[in-house]
Amino acid sequence: MSDTLREIEELANAGYQYGFSTDLDTDIAPPGLNADVVRLISSKKNEPQWLLDWRLAAYEAWTKMDEPDWAKLNIAPIDYQAISYWAAPKSKPVLDSMDDVDPDIREMFDKLGIPLHEQKMMSNVAIDAIVDSVSVTTTFKATLLEAGVIFCSFSEAVHDYPDLVREHLGSVVPVRDNYFAALNSAVFSDGSFCYIPKGVRCPMELSTYFRINSQNTGQFERTLIVAEDDSHVSYLEGCTAPQRDENQLHAAVVELVAKDRAEIKYSTVQNWYPGDENGVGGIYNFVTKRGRAHTDAKISWTQVETGSAITWKYPSVILQGDRSIGEFYSVALSNKRQQADTGTKMIHIGKDTTSTIISKGISASHGQNTYRGLVKVMRSAENARNYTQCDSLLLGKDCGAHTIPYIEVKNPSAQIEHEASTSTVGEDQLYYCRQRGMSEEDAMSMIVNGFCREVFNELPMEFAVEAQRLLSVSLEGSVG
Amino acid sequence: MLHVENLTAAIGDKQILKGLDLDVGSGEVHALMGPNGSGKSTFAHALAGRDGYEIGGTVTLDGADLLEMSPEARAAAGIFMGFQYPVEIPGVNNMYFLRTALNSVRRARGETEIGARDFLAVAKEAMELVEMKQDFLDRAVNAGFSGGEKKRNEILQMAVMQPRLAVLDETDSGLDIDALRIIAGGVNALRGPERSMIVITHYQRLLDYITPDFVHVLVDGRIVQSGDRTLALHLENHGYADYVDTDLDADPRAAPERPLAGASS
Repeated sequence: MSDTLREIEELANAGYQYGFSTDLDTDIAPPGLNADVVRLISSKKNEPQWLLDWRLAAYEAWTKMDEPDWAKLNIAPIDYQAISYWAAPKSKPVLDSMDDVDPDIREMFDKLGIPLHEQKMMSNVAIDAIVDSVSVTTTFKATLLEAGVIFCSFSEAVHDYPDLVREHLGSVVPVRDNYFAALNSAVFSDGSFCYIPKGVRCPMELSTYFRINSQNTGQFERTLIVAEDDSHVSYLEGCTAPQRDENQLHAAVVELVAKDRAEIKYSTVQNWYPGDENGVGGIYNFVTKRGRAHTDAKISWTQVETGSAITWKYPSVILQGDRSIGEFYSVALSNKRQQADTGTKMIHIGKDTTSTIISKGISASHGQNTYRGLVKVMRSAENARNYTQCDSLLLGKDCGAHTIPYIEVKNPSAQIEHEASTSTVGEDQLYYCRQRGMSEEDAMSMIVNGFCREVFNELPMEFAVEAQRLLSVSLEGSVG
Repeated sequence: MLHVENLTAAIGDKQILKGLDLDVGSGEVHALMGPNGSGKSTFAHALAGRDGYEIGGTVTLDGADLLEMSPEARAAAGIFMGFQYPVEIPGVNNMYFLRTALNSVRRARGETEIGARDFLAVAKEAMELVEMKQDFLDRAVNAGFSGGEKKRNEILQMAVMQPRLAVLDETDSGLDIDALRIIAGGVNALRGPERSMIVITHYQRLLDYITPDFVHVLVDGRIVQSGDRTLALHLENHGYADYVDTDLDADPRAAPERPLAGASS
């Protein structure tokens, strides 16, 4: 038994394979945050006055807010004045053709296994690549435009589609929503914008790839997806960062708007640098993600969270329209000294709304994993239904799993189900597999992947394979 | 083929096996019987290599030192254990599990791995043996299986793995008569001159279906008597009272009036 635990410890110390940094010529602002920095960012991006005003209002709000401390996270204080709020690769950020991409950047993405050359790319996936603060390239743009789909960097959208941006920006996550959302609203650098017109099924998967490269910078992106009536889109984001000794802040905001009968499927594979086995370094990931589902619309969040030193993230759905559907499928892994406090909020407002929550938390080594979820049924939500299942898996004896469900029901017709389980990986399961000839490591990988099956089934095919591989790598040596 | 000499096993201070001797020849089927707590399952786990026991003595399989090997190496050497409580592995497809298992031992033996299509043929043949339907392979390993299904799944795995020595730990427990018949049929079909079996059971009932070459009685960590299958019939009628004195500390070998049952091996 102790042998297994020891091997789990060893596996936990497996290396982070995306830990390289690329020497890019970067335009970086001095550390610190004040109204002038907000103005600087806005002017660097040549933004219209309304957006600058919006940012400044957010900054004002932020200065009056307190950092939330209710999460089950043990965090060293963050010095917001020590962070640089603007970093961008110096070469021309917006490009017309792949051939214009800085060869260093292209090489960096090749190293990450994300080729930006269209002919070499995964077929049927359009990618927006974001380095530090700026979108460096968006692929397949022309093909998408033919279908009427807009997929571009947020900065481009501000200039090319100002009305769409102005109408929806902050409509789901208001600037004062929370401390990190306010911060993001003040200083967000770039991100992705996506618009699917009425009745259009987006012809390919859309993907944003985030990469933090510079030192001492924060990354603050903003993603906005608007799906008009009867449209459909599947969207994926991936994230990595170099291995550094200091903590880096990542505070993103994602807003989804699904109009009548529209469907948005949003998948995340988050693999920011998690820090080392002593808890040195790693990304602080404070993310606000929320969608608004109108009548008969459906919003589905799927996340595989294997990275970051700290994960604070609750992708949520406001079930505003009648018969709207919200889903949340999550795998969160906390290894080494990682801490994750993650879950979802399902706010039932419309009649006959349904939500499903499937959360799989895996804790290994000294990892701490908390599921925190809110199911709220408002008075107006006749016949609302929710099903919640939270499963935790413990690998080793020094890790922890916590489940904190909040249920608020104001309409007696609601049906709420909550199931939770905590299991250890089974010495029995490992032994059984090994008796059948499998190595301990293969057995562990098989068991953990099996534990996550219901969530992986929700991922688009290519990414499901990627997620399985990532999970195996993240647990390599650690769990076996 | 299997040689066990003075095998001891303990968990902490608790000595469970106290010097067990056994020889199993190629192609032989040995039944191991005994009261609760006598060490039958511990013996099976000691052969399979479960962690957590302090093991002493000698166990060799075809001359190779089994006790030095990891559980997976023992599997590759040809040891298969049919679990008394087969373990559930949620989310892992039964077919995938079986193929991974088979290919793991093939790899360890330096054989080529078997592809998905060829494997399906192997699995189908094995499934007929235990009268299973195709959907069995699509379900998660033992998850939500009935007791009988779990035991049949063990025999299915044995049929796929084609072991040198199968140790079946109370494969008959919790089975109705139909399931017992199916499982015994599967086991009998897998008997062969190159395959040996140790069948652990409480009841002689199983031995009506699987006729053993030898029967051993395990009491308090030692084999106290060996014989042919008439020994099992005697136990059926008399229980283990002959061996288990009301004085639990008594040496079972000194138990009075042991039955003289047939040829001793």
